[in-house]
Formats: sequence, C-alpha cells, structure tokens
Amino acid sequence: MELLEVKGLTKRYKDFLLDDISFSIPPGFIMGYIGKNGAGKTTTLSAITHLIKADAGEICLEGMTFRKDPVTYREKIGYVGDASYFPADLTRNDIRIILRNFYRSFDEKKFDDYMEKWELPKNLKIKKYSRGMKVKLMFASALSRDTRILILDEATNGLDPMVRREILELLQEYIEDGKRSVLFSTHILEDLQNIADYIYFIDSGKKVLFDTKDELLETYLLVKGGTEELTPVIEKNLTGIVKNGYGFEALYDTGKGDFLPTGFSVEKPTIDEIMVHMLQ
Amino acid sequence: MKIIIRSQSELPIYAQIMEQIRSQILKGEITEGTVLPSIRKLAKETGVSVITTTRAYSELEAAGFITSVPGKGSIVLPQDNALLREQYLKQIEEYLTEAIRTAELIKLDRSELSDMLEALWESKED
Repeated sequence: MELLEVKGLTKRYKDFLLDDISFSIPPGFIMGYIGKNGAGKTTTLSAITHLIKADAGEICLEGMTFRKDPVTYREKIGYVGDASYFPADLTRNDIRIILRNFYRSFDEKKFDDYMEKWELPKNLKIKKYSRGMKVKLMFASALSRDTRILILDEATNGLDPMVRREILELLQEYIEDGKRSVLFSTHILEDLQNIADYIYFIDSGKKVLFDTKDELLETYLLVKGGTEELTPVIEKNLTGIVKNGYGFEALYDTGKGDFLPTGFSVEKPTIDEIMVHMLQ
Repeated sequence: MKIIIRSQSELPIYAQIMEQIRSQILKGEITEGTVLPSIRKLAKETGVSVITTTRAYSELEAAGFITSVPGKGSIVLPQDNALLREQYLKQIEEYLTEAIRTAELIKLDRSELSDMLEALWESKED
C-alpha cells in the first residue's frame, strides 16, 4: 500500500488553478516537490495537511482519508513550514504542554532529548528565537510524535549549511525503518540532489514531470556549444535553449537518440539546471 | 568497507557505490560471507537516496558478487578467481589492442609504444 496517495487534486483560486495533481509515495522514501515560487507547492501541501479544503480529488494516508477519521489522520502527519507556526510569546515548555494535550503519541522524553541536543534556551520566548532555532523547535515537535509522514514546506530556507546538513540526516534517519516517508517542498534543490528518491516538478499549478531522481538525472545531459553550430535539427531536439553572446546551453534528452555531432561540451546536469531549462 | 561518493564524477552514484564494493570484494578486502550493511543503512550513512543504493545492490547481485538472503541481508558470495582472471585478461587485451591502433594512427613504432608502457609502469602509484 502506498503511504501517501494523491489523486486528481484540484483547487481553484481567483487567479490560480492547482490542476489535477496526482502522485504517490511508497513507505520508506523521500519525495522532493519542486517548482518556482507560486507554482502551487504550498497549495498542494496545505491540501494534504488539510489546512485548506480541495475542490476535487482524493488524498489517502496509509489508505485513510481525512474525512473518515480526522484525528488519526492528523496524528500521522508531522509538518514543518517556512515560518514558525507557534505563538510568538510562548516558550519551548509551553509548546511541550500544548503538544502533550493535543497529540496522543507525543513522547515527552524524545522532545526533551531534542531540546537538550539542540540547546534551545529554556526561558526564551519564541519570538526571540533565530530562524535556525525556530526550525529546530518545529522539527523537535514533529519528530517527537509517532508520525508516518513528514511534510516540509520550504523548511530549509534561510538555514546555515550546518543546520541544513543536520536536517537532511534527520530525514534519512526518519525513513530508515522503511515505514515512513518524507514529502519535501523546496526551491533549494541542492538539498534534494542526493537524498531524494522521487521528484515531482510542478509549474503554474500543473505537473511538469514526476519520476525517480536517478532516472531524471540519467535521462538528461547539459549541452553547451557555440551558437553557430546550432543547426535547426539540433535546435528542434534540444530542450530549453539559452543563448548568450558566445554560445548556448540546453538540455539534451538522451532518449531522443544520438543526433549531436562531436564538438559540443556535454556534462551531467544538476536538478537545478534541469528545472531552469525546462521552464525556458 | 569504505565508500566515497564524488558528486563531480562522471559515473552515476549507484555505479560509484557498485564499483567500490566490487573492487573491495575482488581485492579480498571484503571477504566471502560478509553481511553488507542494509540498503537503508547504507543510504543513510552515505547520504544518498534509497533508490540509488537499491540499484547498486541489485547490480552487484546480478553480477554475482552478492546474494540477498531474506532476514539476513546481502551476503558476499565466493568469487571464482580463475574465471575473473580470464575476464580481466580479456579486458587488458582489448585496451592494449586499442593502444596499438592509436599508435598506428600517429605512426608510433613498436619500441616507442613499449617504452611508453615501461615508463608508465615505472611511474604508477602503488
């Protein structure tokens, strides 16, 4: 059974349409949900966490819908967002009390261990926390419960490389037993380059592609060359050609066969480069 | 077991993992019967995706280096050294033939080519 299954998710706003989004994540894997700002990432995640109500479509978590059992559904989800969702005047201990009252599976010992490990100050109000501290408090809250999926909405934005690396390790630890998964939206694609199993790429509310990351990285090559060597046949077969005064850069889909003459520079692209050229 | 992932490498990550485990098995640094770390543990420790390590292990299995035993994990199989030696000899022959062909292109003669081989052999790192 898939851990998370999203089928035909649709949400219409006055000037934006999230259009028929479908994907699934098997248990024990990490999916990167990528796209530029305003592509529909947060709308999708908010529908899954049920912060907003979708106009159409079905979302199943371990085969269960929100409607069937809202309490259990919420228990299964750990969420970390871009901005802190804690009341700014509270301390970490206030949060601990709230979580204890709100979630059946909240593990106080685990929460305290994270507080200790990350040295979050006991009496400081959350509004005085740095960005890194706020993110750590959100992660501690999500990881101290018995959840099945971690949903991260731009959670690593604005963090220093040390904290980001620590978080990536936590995510891998989270899925290690093969029963839990991570859905990770970000535009810092470097974070996904290594650890993501699947990539869902969305633009203007629509799917651009959905594949395993390995397949994606092996399908495309980054081609560079002089503009004068760009014949109409080559130009037709390349994706997302960007020209500058001295040459061009584009994606080459290796599935289209070998139409490139020698003399072009060819290298492996990053996910970043794939995204940039696909949006050309 | 030692595994180093290079992000700048031409080889995909699964192939890097596969190559390194294979070479350590061939050199006898990982011995027959050794239980390799689980796919998920290896993914976590090396910071790569589970799909990537799964692929590395299944290619090692297909090539006859390891076998997966339910409940125990992936176990290193005994290697038929005579057969492997044969395969490597064939590979060396191919490379040398290629070198001879390339030498002919620029009219390098036989003794110059073998001097080059000698020199390379002398200067190789151990």
